[in-house]
Amino acid sequence: MKRFTYVARGVAWRSIHNTLKSPAILVPSIVFPLFFLAAFAGGLSKISQVPNFNYPPGYTAFQFVFVFLQSAAFGGVFTGFAVARDFDSGFARRLLLSAPRRSGIIAGYACGALMRWCVTGTVVTIAALLAGMHVPANPGELIGMVGLGIMVNLVAALWGCGVAMFLRTEQAGALIQMPVFVIIFLAPIYVPLSLLTGWIHAVASVNPATFVLEAARGLLANSPVHVAFAFALLAGGVVVMGLWARRGLMSAERAG
Amino acid sequence: MQSPNAAQSMFGDRARRVGNLRPVTDNSPAIVVEQLVREFRKGPRAVDGIDLAVSPGEIYGFLGPNGAGKSTTVLMLTTLLPPTSGRATVGGFDIAREGSQVRASIGAALQEAALDAILTGREHLLLQATLQGIPKATRKQRAQELLERVGLTEAADRRVGGYSGGMKRRLDLALALVHSPRILFLDEPTTGLDLQSRTALWSEVARLAHDEGMTVFLTTQYLEEADALADRVGIIDHGKIVAEDTPANLKAEIGSPTVEVLPADLAEGDAVAEALTRFGSPIRGGRGSLTVQLPGGEAQLAELVRMLDQAGLHVASLHLHQPSLDDVFLAKTGRKLEGAAEDSDEAQSVDAPPPGRRSRRGR
Amino acid sequence: MAAESPHAPSLATQIGAVGRRSVTRTLRQRSLLIFPMLFPLILFAINGSALTSATRIPGFPPVSYRAFVLAVPFMQGALFIAVTAGVDLARDIQSGFFNRLALTPLRGPALLAGQLGGALVVGCTQSAVYLLVGVASGVGIASGVGGALVLIGLSVLIALGFAGLGALIALRTGSGEAVQAIFPLLFVTLFLSSAFLPRPLIQVTWFRDVATYNPVSYMIEGVRSLVITGWDARALALGFGLALALSVLSLGFASAVVKGRLART
Repeated sequence: MKRFTYVARGVAWRSIHNTLKSPAILVPSIVFPLFFLAAFAGGLSKISQVPNFNYPPGYTAFQFVFVFLQSAAFGGVFTGFAVARDFDSGFARRLLLSAPRRSGIIAGYACGALMRWCVTGTVVTIAALLAGMHVPANPGELIGMVGLGIMVNLVAALWGCGVAMFLRTEQAGALIQMPVFVIIFLAPIYVPLSLLTGWIHAVASVNPATFVLEAARGLLANSPVHVAFAFALLAGGVVVMGLWARRGLMSAERAG
Repeated sequence: MQSPNAAQSMFGDRARRVGNLRPVTDNSPAIVVEQLVREFRKGPRAVDGIDLAVSPGEIYGFLGPNGAGKSTTVLMLTTLLPPTSGRATVGGFDIAREGSQVRASIGAALQEAALDAILTGREHLLLQATLQGIPKATRKQRAQELLERVGLTEAADRRVGGYSGGMKRRLDLALALVHSPRILFLDEPTTGLDLQSRTALWSEVARLAHDEGMTVFLTTQYLEEADALADRVGIIDHGKIVAEDTPANLKAEIGSPTVEVLPADLAEGDAVAEALTRFGSPIRGGRGSLTVQLPGGEAQLAELVRMLDQAGLHVASLHLHQPSLDDVFLAKTGRKLEGAAEDSDEAQSVDAPPPGRRSRRGR
Repeated sequence: MAAESPHAPSLATQIGAVGRRSVTRTLRQRSLLIFPMLFPLILFAINGSALTSATRIPGFPPVSYRAFVLAVPFMQGALFIAVTAGVDLARDIQSGFFNRLALTPLRGPALLAGQLGGALVVGCTQSAVYLLVGVASGVGIASGVGGALVLIGLSVLIALGFAGLGALIALRTGSGEAVQAIFPLLFVTLFLSSAFLPRPLIQVTWFRDVATYNPVSYMIEGVRSLVITGWDARALALGFGLALALSVLSLGFASAVVKGRLART
């Protein structure tokens, strides 16, 4: 266990260090969520006036929750990019050679992703509060919402690590990003599920991201809905993606 | 394959056509450089007042370490970089005032084999032929002829991304020859190539010069390349030409050869050293060998062997070393050519401007 | 630059040669064609359905949201073209291919026009695809078949303008990374426009002001007018005018810079 911790800590430190030292990585991961918050909460706020749109904290809060979770997911995706980049540069192979407990590598990358998202999530929250976001949630509910974000981040990071370790090239970037992007955008991001119609309603109704998003919005609005189910879904996601990342690591080990 | 002359008349030599503006006689130097200087911002002089002249049909080797100023010289002579001061003519045309005529007279394979990985070798040649103004009717034939000449017929329709380093260099050479230039600039053409590819390129360059009378200005950091190919060698260091002559004369200038003796019994090292003092002061090398200069040249080797034999000293091996261009470089600069770049403060930074920006200061 | 050789190939031949290379490159790199085409279509499919409720906002034009938002893929496609064209050019500079071209009698404008040939092929292809997908998803083109052709013309002009911008940045910096770095900026100009709601319906004042001053709004509105309004002279004049201005400016500056890049004595 000690060796696992050493490896995880080392990889996480490097991940954070690289992010903080490289504006090309850090700036987009902060600026993009802010931009989405401005574009969606600012540009589309009139949508909250359509009949039956009911989210008492307001449209800024409605969009904040989406951007908060989206930044968590993309924090994980960016970690997948970093792993792929490490394979392209040959660093990952050195890591595989030198790490006494290789599963610590995945844990390290995941920790790095989480710490990076802590920065992004904080910045987005401050921006939303400055924009006048109303927060009716109690502290417990806020912790619950952050917990959902952490698990989203973890699921996405494990997915990204898995793909990157299977493909071991930077070209894997599109493959890491696309499914996450599609799943997130097929959730009710602009209006509540009840206001969606047609195929998008049918897809969003069974999309796991919908339940997570609605749970988080419910928590922020002090009227929780299917929170336990959302956590269960994400816990399942962590297990499945953990196994996926483990298999990816084994594939990388076989490739040498 | 057609004869070169036939090819020239058939495809038309743009250089000669442009040359009609001012005919160049065959006796005048192909390249003349007078006090050429190039300075870059925040750096020392990359080229610091060089003078040289290259005769038609000559292979001129420009030898020096990384950062010495070789590539900057080539960029200036090929009109891609304006000189800060000084003057040069290529093919009889002034590089600063008659750029288009210079470009029509020359072919160039610059340091990076700048090829498009997505295109095939044949497509490269057709593009180059079109841009060089070769008539449409003869472009395909010209491309095929050059592909055959550089041995790329089979790979002609494959994308260049899959070519080996040697194949890329050969295609680069073919591209430089598309418009039948009279003068060819090759900037480190064999850097990074394996021995076989290097040798193949050498023989093609030698053939171009000796069979077709093409003038070749070749930069290199390989001593053996300059030695094997060049009729004359200019050694450049820190932007200045420190020596210039035929390889044989340069080496002769350094003096006599050396002989390295390895005693069969290392315990006899002192006795061997004592015997060798007759020729000069022996220098002890690795593994017990002793090296001494033969002031009377290689003819003294037999005398040395006889003397060791008479003294009853046995040797395990005996090597005669002729003076090399490395010795010349060492004598002229006080440094070995290998590793000279590391010693050089301006290594890399002054040799060529970065591809992103081309400094125009000092025009 | 000294006068060109009297035997240099004609400008048309030069453009043709460089253009053929550019088109060949583009067609051989399918990922460069497919991803930029697919991504805007995915967003169109999602946003066209997810924002249907927006049509219930008082003052929203009496059309489906899908018809309203069909103009966006054309714009997104143009932004992708800007990056592709710029990165291609920057790669030529970085690899030294530009120096090879500089040693031929090639003229700067011919190089630029030829290089953008590939971008135009992509622009035409993707505009036709977006239009077909829109029509197949039930969107009617209010201006008819003639309007559809004008729409393709306008979107290609917009693509040309942005491709010129990409080329300008590539020529200025000589760096593919620098060109890619501008993509988020271009993406921001799209989102801070009237792409998703008519300008009068943007509630937040600063956002509405930005969208009003953002030329991208008018380019989108020009394309949109052909889909949902018919022949709207004002919208078309603004759309074409701004796209033309962008093209003239970006290509004009790029032409000036390419001369420096191809700088020969």
